[in-house]
Amino acid sequence: MDQAIDRRPPENRGALRPILQIDKLTVRFGGLAALSAVDFELRPGEIRAVIGPNGAGKSTFFNCITGVLRPTSGRILFDGEDITGLSADRISQKGIARSYQITNIMPNVTALENARIAAQSRRHGWNFIRHRDSFTDLTEKAEQALAAVGLLSKAYEFAANLSHGEQRNLEIGIALATEPKLLCLDEPTAGMSAGETNETTALVRRIAKDLTILIVEHDMQLVMELASRITVFNYGSVLADGTPAEIQQNPRVQEVYLKT
Amino acid sequence: MDILSSIPWELLLIQTVNGIVTGMILALVASGLTLIFGIMDVVNFAHGELFMLGAYLGVIVVATTGNFWIGLVVAAGVVAILGAALQVSTLRPLIGRDPLNTILVTFGISLILQNYALWQFGTVVRKVSEPIGSYFTLFYLQYPWYRIFVAGLAAAIIGALYVFLKYSKFGVWIRATTQDRTMAQAMGIPVPLVYTGVFALGAGMAAASGVLFAPLGGVAPTMGLDWVLKAFIVVVVGGMGNLGGSIVAAILISLLEAYASIWVSPSQAVIVSFIALILTLLFKPTGLFGTTVTR
Amino acid sequence: MSAVAASATPLVQVEGLHTYYGKSHILHGVSLTVQPGEVVGLLGRNGVGKSTTLKSIVGLVHAAQGQVLYEGRSVTSVPPHKLAQIGIAYVPEDRRIFRLLTVMENLRVGFDRAGVTEQRKRELLDKVFAYFPVLADRRNQAGGTLSGGEQQMLAIARAMMLEPKIILLDEPTEGLMPRMVSQIRQIIEALHREGVAILLVEQNVPLTLETSQRVYILEKGMVRHHCASSEIHVDHDVIKQYLGV
Repeated sequence: MDQAIDRRPPENRGALRPILQIDKLTVRFGGLAALSAVDFELRPGEIRAVIGPNGAGKSTFFNCITGVLRPTSGRILFDGEDITGLSADRISQKGIARSYQITNIMPNVTALENARIAAQSRRHGWNFIRHRDSFTDLTEKAEQALAAVGLLSKAYEFAANLSHGEQRNLEIGIALATEPKLLCLDEPTAGMSAGETNETTALVRRIAKDLTILIVEHDMQLVMELASRITVFNYGSVLADGTPAEIQQNPRVQEVYLKT
Repeated sequence: MDILSSIPWELLLIQTVNGIVTGMILALVASGLTLIFGIMDVVNFAHGELFMLGAYLGVIVVATTGNFWIGLVVAAGVVAILGAALQVSTLRPLIGRDPLNTILVTFGISLILQNYALWQFGTVVRKVSEPIGSYFTLFYLQYPWYRIFVAGLAAAIIGALYVFLKYSKFGVWIRATTQDRTMAQAMGIPVPLVYTGVFALGAGMAAASGVLFAPLGGVAPTMGLDWVLKAFIVVVVGGMGNLGGSIVAAILISLLEAYASIWVSPSQAVIVSFIALILTLLFKPTGLFGTTVTR
Repeated sequence: MSAVAASATPLVQVEGLHTYYGKSHILHGVSLTVQPGEVVGLLGRNGVGKSTTLKSIVGLVHAAQGQVLYEGRSVTSVPPHKLAQIGIAYVPEDRRIFRLLTVMENLRVGFDRAGVTEQRKRELLDKVFAYFPVLADRRNQAGGTLSGGEQQMLAIARAMMLEPKIILLDEPTEGLMPRMVSQIRQIIEALHREGVAILLVEQNVPLTLETSQRVYILEKGMVRHHCASSEIHVDHDVIKQYLGV
């Protein structure tokens, strides 16, 4: 089933309504509260970084939004629609894409095929009869995704043969090929050298023009350069929320990070 | 309606005794298997052949020395050493790799050992007489004391294993390695040695079961097949890696089979074991006493 | 060995260590040293490779390039259990005590080594119970029933039973309440007085600067800064740059 894609630039997209609205999100594992009544709001077009010490609840937060984990209580609204507790594949169909900390690409097919399969999940999913290569719109979409992450020249390379940095970028490319409205990036530069990190930072900045991006990262330089807003988590709650400058000057944030 | 009198009480009680005897031997075989799986994550398809080799060795030693007990000890000891050698040469290099590799290796070893036994000993079933020849009266039967003795000895061996695991230094090493192999290494436990030791222990127990069973059923190159199949069912039903669970499951399944063979032929009674397996996998896949273990 | 020679040979020396997790290049050439009896801090944000560095020293992570020297000898390919036997103890993040073994059994694993007399075993137990009285009270309880702080104590006690020359401590104060954190500080100081070297990975900057003689700061798998702890403080620019926000 073909999806209608909203091509309006973010600012015109009913800018009053947040793309992601989260109310009192709570996740308990036995007696432990991984997230405690978290409220969160994301405006379309933002690049929001989520930071915080180990065990602060960042991954749990991500997992709830992307359908990997079902919250104990609370509500998640995406573009006005309640997506709380939906399965991961349903959430992907709604327009939220995610990249993973441990690279999740298919190593035995080409980069282009990786992207094409992802694109296929959004269109023509149920069409069994035609040959896969005859869907020219899918190939086009896949090529666009690869170009956006700088891998078009490597389209016919087997994914296993790409360098680590290229594989991480392919991960982002696959997510892009599903035509998301919200892209969730989970530590995209983990295990990358300084050079690869810079490339990825530039990449994210490029693709952010048409998307909203939520990113978990430990690399503070990247976070400060890229993010329009930063949310700091600690012990399952939101500790602070603001522009990079505000967060840097926030004494409580420094305290949490330096454990003074 | 005198239903009560139509129930063959005596037969049931006799079969209960038979079931417990077979169950204890099966428990001994299965404990070796579950120990090896629980600690090393190795599915030992060669376990039945170790049982069979133990039986043959026992027969040979008994024929040479005339003493059953020497046969038992020698068979268990030699097969334990063989097990250690097999583990060091074929399984140790595979530690940390895909478990499928170990399954293929142990399956290959089982084929080699079976064919070796065929070549060496031929297909004629060997007999060995029981060391305790006396009988007692059980209802209308003359029941061999040896069978009761086997059940008792198997229970004693399993009991000794339990005490060993709980209180001895090597037992603590084994339990620590099972729980957290990485930290066991970091604490100075020579994990490769522990693995070899456990495999040898399991092999020795299988061999001992083989010798104990030999007077009851005869010795043939394919005798291990039936036992290893049932042992795997017991291990799955009892919970993989759970020693107490395998013992309970072994007795339970053997009792069910023994009762079933009152009404159907023994080869059909085996179906009962498979039904138990299917039911367990459907309703409690981790086994009756199993828990999901995080590695 | 004269005093000069003793300080010339570091207890632990890591040179140009490169490690990978699959294709992920975690350590990009880490080099550091720990002198006998020294407490050395390893600081850095999450994910920079601090834990991986410790794991590489103790042989739990394979080094693709570079080497680890212990008392001047290369131990890069020595199996972890041998390293524990020659004096390198490891206390991991999240403790990882043997949950189904009792406290005594956890400790026993440490002193059931070759060449330890019964007398020495008793002495070690007494020492460890003096350091951690709460463990004495719970000696027959299963490890899994202890609280987080008690498990941390047990993890350190267990390492002490190895009579190590160096303890690799990975984030011992994580998840502990402030009272326990100061207990950990006291334990580190007591171990230091006994002459045990410690390589301390921590997120708690003040604690690290107070207890260690030198610190290394890691970022993205490389050592970015190295100095005596007395030369910097929590508000120093270097700290803010590599550890702050």
